[in-house]
Amino acid sequence: MIPAALRPVAAWVSAHPVASFIVFFAVFPFLVPYQSLATQVLIYGLFALGFNLLYGYTGLLSFGHAAYYGLGAYGAGIALAKLKLTSLWLALGVGLAAAVIGGALIGFFCLRRRGIYFAMLTLAFAQMLYFIAFHAADLTGGDDGLRGIPLHPLGLFGASVSLRTPLAFYFFAYAFVVLAVAALRRILDSPFGAVLQAIRENSDRAVACGYDINRIKLLSFVFSALFTGLAGSLDALRLTVVPVDSLYWTTSGQVVIMTLLGGAGAFFGPFVGAATFLILADRLSLFIEAWPLVIGLIFMAFVLFLPRGIWGTLVARGSAR
Amino acid sequence: MPDLPLQALAAQAFTGLVLGGIYVLMAIGLSLIFGLMTVVNFAHGSFYMLGAFIAFTVIGLTKSFWAALILAPLVVGALGFLVERFLIRRLYGRSPDDPLLLTFGLSLAMVEGAKLIWGKIGLQVDPPKQLAAAVDLGFMNFPVYRLFVIAVTAAVLVALWLFLAKTSVGLVIRAGSRDALMVRALGVDLNRVWLLVFGIGIAMAGLAGVLAGPMRGVYAEMGVEIIIDSFVIVVVGGMGSLAGAIVAGLLMGEIVSLTTFFAPKLAELIIFIVMAIVLLVRPSGLFGEAGLAE
Amino acid sequence: MHRRQFLTTATTGATLLAFPAVLRAQTKDPVRIGFPLPLTGTFAAIAADLQKGAQLAMDELNTKGGVMGRKIDVLFRDDELKPAVGAQRTKELIENQKVDFVVGGLAAHVQMAINEQSKAAKKLFISVSQSDEISAKPDTSPWTFHEALNPTITSRAMASYGIQNLGKKWWVVYADYAWGKQNNAVFTAAVAKLGGTVLGSTPYPLGKPEFSAHLPKIQAAKPDAIYAVTPGADNVPFLKQAISFGLKKDARIAQPLHFLYYTKEGGAEVFQDIYGATHFCHELAETLPQAKRYVEAFTKKFNQPPDAYSGYGYSGIMEVARGVELAKSTDSDAVANALRKNREYDHYKGKQWWRACDNKSFQDLWILKVRSPQQVKGEWGFFDVIGKVAANEELDRTCAEKGFV
Repeated sequence: MIPAALRPVAAWVSAHPVASFIVFFAVFPFLVPYQSLATQVLIYGLFALGFNLLYGYTGLLSFGHAAYYGLGAYGAGIALAKLKLTSLWLALGVGLAAAVIGGALIGFFCLRRRGIYFAMLTLAFAQMLYFIAFHAADLTGGDDGLRGIPLHPLGLFGASVSLRTPLAFYFFAYAFVVLAVAALRRILDSPFGAVLQAIRENSDRAVACGYDINRIKLLSFVFSALFTGLAGSLDALRLTVVPVDSLYWTTSGQVVIMTLLGGAGAFFGPFVGAATFLILADRLSLFIEAWPLVIGLIFMAFVLFLPRGIWGTLVARGSAR
Repeated sequence: MPDLPLQALAAQAFTGLVLGGIYVLMAIGLSLIFGLMTVVNFAHGSFYMLGAFIAFTVIGLTKSFWAALILAPLVVGALGFLVERFLIRRLYGRSPDDPLLLTFGLSLAMVEGAKLIWGKIGLQVDPPKQLAAAVDLGFMNFPVYRLFVIAVTAAVLVALWLFLAKTSVGLVIRAGSRDALMVRALGVDLNRVWLLVFGIGIAMAGLAGVLAGPMRGVYAEMGVEIIIDSFVIVVVGGMGSLAGAIVAGLLMGEIVSLTTFFAPKLAELIIFIVMAIVLLVRPSGLFGEAGLAE
Repeated sequence: MHRRQFLTTATTGATLLAFPAVLRAQTKDPVRIGFPLPLTGTFAAIAADLQKGAQLAMDELNTKGGVMGRKIDVLFRDDELKPAVGAQRTKELIENQKVDFVVGGLAAHVQMAINEQSKAAKKLFISVSQSDEISAKPDTSPWTFHEALNPTITSRAMASYGIQNLGKKWWVVYADYAWGKQNNAVFTAAVAKLGGTVLGSTPYPLGKPEFSAHLPKIQAAKPDAIYAVTPGADNVPFLKQAISFGLKKDARIAQPLHFLYYTKEGGAEVFQDIYGATHFCHELAETLPQAKRYVEAFTKKFNQPPDAYSGYGYSGIMEVARGVELAKSTDSDAVANALRKNREYDHYKGKQWWRACDNKSFQDLWILKVRSPQQVKGEWGFFDVIGKVAANEELDRTCAEKGFV
């Protein structure tokens, strides 16, 4: 039976997450119908990974994560298209800085509340950013989006590497995502990571143990924004356009769905969820005109039969997370 | 002509009551469902949409708007019963995200399903002839139909208040939203109560859709546009608080209407600004109770 | 269903979906044209019309043997009216399906995103929807062609007709986003230039069609006519509210564009006597032989008459074919140059031509007035064609204004 065969694989993957990621995603572009799809999965997986750090591991549900994705995307995009920087590294730096600063400021305000109120505050701030992007058309392109982002060659150890082929861009993104995955693993395995999960399980108890949970939550928020912002910056380079609905609540909703689909709180849940969501949408829309109906039914089936998401269910049987 | 800006202000404020009425009907359902069952019903907007479409069909069959006004919410409520009984009930005891994901998938399916049944072009529903005129309120000519919407909302609220305050089922609902565990311990079958609550909440969303149809048109995406507004209003009022849903609904209706008139650019954003301010000042919304949604 | 069974089925199904198509029948390779459009979402009905036009073109061409002896294959993809999805689908079409050309897009912001991908791949892209920017610098490119009208052309045409026939004093109601603002700005400037005045402009948030408070003010100003830039789902609510306030009796109402689907949706009672422009309507079959041929062929194939956007789809595909025949090649550079060199074409409603600097199509457009319910002919005969604005490069911005030296 297939699930029985998958379980030891899932167990090995959980024990060696970074290595499995490196290996699997090195061959991933050759497994899917076309390489840009693989890049999209990689980037949205990273987006969901960032979200999952806050939600699955720290227990804080955010409905406004599009904010950091958007800040990363607009940051990098504006650096290249408006400020006319020619270094992709600098542009990525600008995007990351924008996302981190945004995360710190927004996190500071939102973390004053908990539960659904926290979630709705994060949504409110994301919508404010959407409003600014929509109306500051000179800077952001307004509702037509930020276009004309030049994809300069990457300056790498003195050489100039063109990223214009899909495969080249894939491995460019891959390198960053591998770093992010490794970084996340370090964070989660560290004492800081343990406290995060303690907060998720029982935050009053964590306080009782003497931890400064406000500072820790904010740090988690900022790290989450960092990973999410990186995804946004990479996506801006991938599409050479930043649509304004990158900041809209539907984008935030999408990453929540991807994470829940794959399994919140499971390390690879985000990637599995992103892959499932994107590949399904890509392929189904070819065959069925009413494909959202089918996808909606598939989601409902997953929720009813897979309580921990696809990956979460696979790893939960027997092995530690 | 008398002072035009003042006249326009009064006109828009009155229009705000109509929008507020729709918001209140949506928010009460959502708030009840969350307060009692801790279910975030993402499909609430789709039931609103369904109410409008079913009204269209009923009018087509019976040529009567009044028949649609009564039947469509009942049909939608019945669908709500089915959804609770066969889908959401299976998720009790599991993570609170699960109903969110389920209702999200349901909303996708319902929007596309509506297009399959009723076609891709929007549909027209006209108010009944008796309500089609406009009445002179002094500061503006106000369509009678909109007064009707305000009246229906008020009537439904009164009926709901009577139900909750004066019946034993209502008592159980109110007790259950305060302390579900205790109510269970007292031997009450909460499953049936929750079924009823879900059905009522959904029926109110359906009613909101029926009322909105003649004003805005009937199209499959109409629910997607209202769902986020509805969530914001519930949060501002306080999750689980009926009084909060009413006050917040009317307040937001006014704020959105006035902003649409005086600062159209801000119209889509204003509810979020208001929510942020409210939450930063009152942690659990206007009437919410601490600990309920945390 | 047993959980295990479900997992098995789901995993197998998912694997099948994910792996690439292994075999593809290899005959003489067809010329592939990618066509992203919003098959789901609020404009699904118009997209269906657009798609049918393209399908008709594909069938007609293939019946005659295709181009250069190769069949034409139009690959439709749902862009969901979202720029990121449109971009992704375009990438899929270019990378996976190896399309030679791209035609499509139904909303300005989606077109832009599609254009970014086609530009990067140096593929010819014929954009078939309204946008002022796509044919201007910096968005345009040697491979970006714009078949459709744009706000500048539309609103200048409406202003010219309006000043001559509807009145000198206008009021504009417009949705506060790029398309709405452009129409408002162009219309206001054009009216002023022609000796009229815009007494006032009322912006409103797109998607929130609530005009009751504005209408008394508009009525008080006593304009001869109102220009309603109220697109999509806002169109019908605006008209209904205007009617309920008696505004329709006091002033003429014009809008930039008429769509058969929205007119049918709102009904003749709401839409009667509303003026609007279009680049095509099926009523043109009564006066133009090309239109008659097109309408008959379309109606025969699809059992309903074509609306405006079908023409764009039809013409877009036809132009790609014409370019390929002229260039004797499917290379986008060659085809683009061939189209620029042989600028004139006429596929379904009259002479059109490409302007060399910006690859912009110029075409006749017509002014329509909606008939009263008694006058409507059959299920789809809503429009009276009451005026024509001949194709004219002066209706659009000049090459210099668009950034070309």
